[in-house]
Amino acid sequence: MKKYTDTGKKDTRSGFGEGLYEAAAKNPDVVALTADLIGSVKMGKFAKDFPERFFQCGIAEANMIGTAAGLALTGKTAFASSFAEFVTGRVYDQIRQEVAYGHTNVKIAASHAGITLGEDGATHQTMEDIALMRALPGMVVINPCDFNQTKAATIAAAEYYGPVYLRFGRPSVPNFTPEDQKFEIGKAIIMNEGTDVTIIATGHLVWEALKAAESLEAEGVSAEVIDIATIKPLDREAVIASVSKTGAVVCAEEHNMAGGLGELIAGTLAGSCPAHMEFVNGQDRFGQSGTPSELLTAYGLDAGHIAEAARRAVAKKAKE
Amino acid sequence: MVSIEELKKISSQVRRDIIRMVSGAASGHPGGSMSSTDFLTALYFGGVMKHDPATWTRSGKGQDVFILSAGHLTPVYYSLLARAGYFPVEELSTFRKFGSRLQGHPSIEAGLPGVFQPSGSLGQGLSLAAGVALGKRIDNDGNLTYVLLGDGESEEGQIWEAAMFCAHHKIDNLIAITDWNRQQIDGNVDSVGGLGDLESKWKSFGWEVISCDGHDFGAILSAFGKAKGFTGKGKPVMLLMNTEMGHGVDFMAGTCEWHGKAPSAELADKALAQIEETLGDY
Repeated sequence: MKKYTDTGKKDTRSGFGEGLYEAAAKNPDVVALTADLIGSVKMGKFAKDFPERFFQCGIAEANMIGTAAGLALTGKTAFASSFAEFVTGRVYDQIRQEVAYGHTNVKIAASHAGITLGEDGATHQTMEDIALMRALPGMVVINPCDFNQTKAATIAAAEYYGPVYLRFGRPSVPNFTPEDQKFEIGKAIIMNEGTDVTIIATGHLVWEALKAAESLEAEGVSAEVIDIATIKPLDREAVIASVSKTGAVVCAEEHNMAGGLGELIAGTLAGSCPAHMEFVNGQDRFGQSGTPSELLTAYGLDAGHIAEAARRAVAKKAKE
Repeated sequence: MVSIEELKKISSQVRRDIIRMVSGAASGHPGGSMSSTDFLTALYFGGVMKHDPATWTRSGKGQDVFILSAGHLTPVYYSLLARAGYFPVEELSTFRKFGSRLQGHPSIEAGLPGVFQPSGSLGQGLSLAAGVALGKRIDNDGNLTYVLLGDGESEEGQIWEAAMFCAHHKIDNLIAITDWNRQQIDGNVDSVGGLGDLESKWKSFGWEVISCDGHDFGAILSAFGKAKGFTGKGKPVMLLMNTEMGHGVDFMAGTCEWHGKAPSAELADKALAQIEETLGDY
């Protein structure tokens, strides 16, 4: 299978920080807002070099979303950032009215998403945010997999006109996608071609899916791995084409079942090419404190669990 | 600028529009629309706000911007926009009807000229206005941003997040207005939400505060003049308009009963008999 090399662990939020800075250096209309989390969401360099375009909002996320929408009305490309839970669940109604229904050029930049936020525990670990943002008409939902892809996705989000939910994480994780990639919103990325099972993953779990595919290969199972970096709009053609070929599918995400990528893929396939499907997700649970890797294992989200799910999907197909 | 006599004529017609619109739709919010009619008429027609329907764009560039935070006040808002020339007056008859650009609460998807942003879920407009004002500051666009809040709406916590934010960032190209009509759906604002002394509250949040009789055009114009005089001096400005809900019709005035209720055809006639038709009904 195609070989991916970890060029050194990096956090995806730093990819956001670099992408934002690059977009802002190029476009004077890019503005940034945060709610007392400059360091956490990697806006330090932006705040220092573009102080007239940076807005510290204090611990007042609802006001931050409205202010971002107001800036966008005047022609700015506004990035509003905090932890994923606090820029989705806490401010769902503000995003709905001011950003989505208002069709404003606001980018909700959500850091520390998912269970890999780690030690802070469940109050800070959202596994419901994709569901909330997917539900909003017209909202683009992007969940890149590593530092390089997050940087490229941030630049793409800045160049795209309209509401975007950009999801990334806290921990340092393998950086394995090309440094010079161009991110295309709405396009699935075939990471590895295979014939027996399709593993569809998003965010941090793309690396886990690749590791799972490697172990499956050693057992003689050929896994196709797809990185769904844009959850909405979904690249339906890529998903259907792959699953039509393999007849078995696993969907892996650092999110709960309800409203997540798994349900989206199942819904997509149901009408086009029903297949044996397995789900790797947080099910219907809250998180808890722990290290990111401990939590990925405990919640059944690591490479081992993805490989196991793939074996189940392949076995079901064989029984036909 | 038009005279006070002319402003009175416009506001009389706007109140007729409000009654006819909500009665025609058999739904809508006449009470707060009528309490805010006079000062909004002054804002749009009294030479207060720099605006021009012919060159209006949603970005508000080169003009003042008005944000309606209390989105349920569409009857007065749409009537003023139509009477100011943003869209045909006849279109007021489509208010709240299927397929209309005059949605129950302001919509961008409907594409009605003069509307900058949706509103309806309360407490959000001051934050939005702060963002618009900051955008104008970055662009060196010397124009102002106005925003209308309801007094009941000011029970929303986000209003006070925005209050702190505006003062902290010295947003001094913003004039906020509160329609202090002292009524909300469930009753008097003090009995329902414990709103208390708005004047002290806004002052303590670092705002310039002006109180005004919101039904006296002379006082209103003078208060707007004073408010504009405060802009550019490092502080946001709040204009507290002391008003009466349902003002202009005896059986609708001073009660929460008509916050969100349309008069029957019979009661609408009774109300219209008390309001002079000055510019011609739509």
